[in-house]
Amino acid sequence: MYYNPVFVSRVKQVIVAFTLFLAFFVSKAQAATPIDSVIADTVVTVENDAQHHEAASHEAKKEEKGFDITSFIFHHISDSHYFTLFGHGEHGIHLHLPIILWTDKGLVTFSSKEFNFNDDGTVAVEKNGQRFAMAHNKIYYANETADAHGSFVSHELNDKGDEVVTNARPLDFSITKNVFSMLLSIVVLVILFTAAARGYKKRNGKAPKGIQSFMEPIILFVRDDIARPNLGHKYTKFMPYLLTVFFFIWFNNMLGLVPFFPGGANVTGNIAMTAVLAACTYLITTFKGNKDYWKHIFWMPGVPVPMKIFLAPLELIGTFTKPIALAIRLFANITAGHILVMSLLCLIFIFNSIAVAPASIFFAVFIGLIEFLVAFIQAFIFTTLSALFIGMAVEEHH
Amino acid sequence: MDLLIPEIGLLVWNTIAFLVLVFLLGKFAWKPIMKAIHDREQNIDDALNKAELAKQEMARLTSQNEELMKQAREERDLILKEAKSLKDNIINEAKTQAQAEGAKLIEKARIEIENQKKAALAELKGQVSSLSLDIAERVLRNQLDDKNKQQELVNNLLKDVELN
Repeated sequence: MYYNPVFVSRVKQVIVAFTLFLAFFVSKAQAATPIDSVIADTVVTVENDAQHHEAASHEAKKEEKGFDITSFIFHHISDSHYFTLFGHGEHGIHLHLPIILWTDKGLVTFSSKEFNFNDDGTVAVEKNGQRFAMAHNKIYYANETADAHGSFVSHELNDKGDEVVTNARPLDFSITKNVFSMLLSIVVLVILFTAAARGYKKRNGKAPKGIQSFMEPIILFVRDDIARPNLGHKYTKFMPYLLTVFFFIWFNNMLGLVPFFPGGANVTGNIAMTAVLAACTYLITTFKGNKDYWKHIFWMPGVPVPMKIFLAPLELIGTFTKPIALAIRLFANITAGHILVMSLLCLIFIFNSIAVAPASIFFAVFIGLIEFLVAFIQAFIFTTLSALFIGMAVEEHH
Repeated sequence: MDLLIPEIGLLVWNTIAFLVLVFLLGKFAWKPIMKAIHDREQNIDDALNKAELAKQEMARLTSQNEELMKQAREERDLILKEAKSLKDNIINEAKTQAQAEGAKLIEKARIEIENQKKAALAELKGQVSSLSLDIAERVLRNQLDDKNKQQELVNNLLKDVELN
């Protein structure tokens, strides 16, 4: 497997440098919110911190106005039923994406406009004799009556101390921000590459030109540096998948970095997307795996029998952990990048001072540039590892 | 945590959309693009191979040409050499011929001279005889008295003439 060690370590250095930078600022300001934790790059810490934040921010909310940075950031990286062009709430301009629900009584569709930007369950929409309320961008069956806060959903504290909504949920097949953004990227990719393909047809055998010459080096990079080293002479069969994965991830990573419409969605930083991609790689390795591959899993050649028995379950688990790691890696990297940029910008609001803005924006732009590299690297790593796993499955042992 | 739990709706949409994308791009983009790139690479390889062959052919032709040139040069040298020897022969022949001719001419001239000499001698003899007669006449006329003396004188004279 090929990594550029210098490059990766540099990225890490930068991340470490920023952690220190943030830690320094936070300790100086004695801010109530432990902002440095949000840049932690493992999922587990993100999760724990988020819980911590949520609890902390809820208390803060009760006490005074305060700027709830955690929910602000998580609102930005999570899915939504609106696509905000600019502005905020009722004063902004938004795309109201359609809500498609599969309920107990069949299919229900309506526009997200009917919730009127309400996100705490205080508006109930009645359709087909059922009432729905939206809380934290999720749609629930609404209660008959509102509670003391005017909310149609019931809250309950779970064992970790988080407030969770206990209402039942219909199956939500809405065209959310992520779905919209992903469909858009698919349209763009199809147009882009069919245009390139037309170029090849029109200028058959000649040097590439225009969009064709922009795409060709990248396509050749995928073929010569990703597919061929890992798959050998069998690479042609898997090229369509690898190329699609590479360009899909890369394009969506880049689109996620664009702060305004049509970017801004967090498609590749959503576990659902990365899970689907990783599942595709898993299915290919499983169904294209040859006899040798399965033999190496269940009855490892060249080791004593007790070892074979010991290794079999490990190898079997390994087949699942590989795609899971793929999914988590992409999700965590892209999400961490978004959180990092948002946190840097939020420094202005935490200090409540415009004086912080130059430093904050400078570092946000700097991290943004690094994220451009990360966008490419993560697409490259995902594709390389997919090729590697497929290569291991189809490899012929002599 | 919300972030780690995939939404069922997103999963469904993502799966459908991604499979559609793989299908569409696979059919309408990657297949023609990869084929075109592969064909072009093949073409370039072929062209390079052909160029290599042409180069070899050129080298072969050049060496052949050199061989031919060498042969031609050798042939030319041979021809020149032959021509030279021929020329020498001709010159020698001509020389010997000329010598023979000259010798012949000289011989002829010698014979002619001999003949002329003989003729001259004959003529001289005639003249000598007439001269002798003259002398005799004169002697007879002047010294007829001493006959013996005279005779001796005549004989001596004749002898001298004959020796010439």
